[in-house]
Amino acid sequence: MDAQAKIKETVTNNPVVLYMKGSPKFPQCGFSNLATQILDACDVKYVTVDVLADQEIREGIKQYANWPTIPQLYVKGEFVGGADIMRAMYESGELQTLLAGA
Amino acid sequence: MLSAAQLESYIKQGLTCDYIKAFGDDGTHFEAVIVSPAFVGKSMVQQHQLVYSVLGDRMREEIHALSMKTYTPQKWQELKDMEK
Repeated sequence: MDAQAKIKETVTNNPVVLYMKGSPKFPQCGFSNLATQILDACDVKYVTVDVLADQEIREGIKQYANWPTIPQLYVKGEFVGGADIMRAMYESGELQTLLAGA
Repeated sequence: MLSAAQLESYIKQGLTCDYIKAFGDDGTHFEAVIVSPAFVGKSMVQQHQLVYSVLGDRMREEIHALSMKTYTPQKWQELKDMEK
């Protein structure tokens, strides 16, 4: 399975997926850390994919949503945004609403 | 090393900006506030994608992270009015 197919499968089979650098316990980048903190604050179950562990996924995820940076949040298969957008949506309450339906 | 001023000029080359201000002095991590009429009618994701597309390969090669606040001219005016 190529990277694009693998990503599609992951984001389709899991309602909330965060592609990040490192893990929630050991984030390897401040933006990835912020993204996990926001999701934790929303009290939602999510799976994470560490892009540092797989070079093909790391490059593939940038093409998948035409988004050149990590972290990336997917809800019910749809790309939601990176750290900036997650923060803005959290502050406006939009993210909580979106995740409540996931 | 890429400066915040250079980053501003890269973005302005490909995007009409009513206002732009970039910050960051380590050469790879930047923050920017961008106001453009091209953002009208677009979602936040689409607005950021537009900026990324203008930067193209520079996003892969030179810039590690670009934290953005993007506004339409109307939204920007509303924000400025709120500060008055």
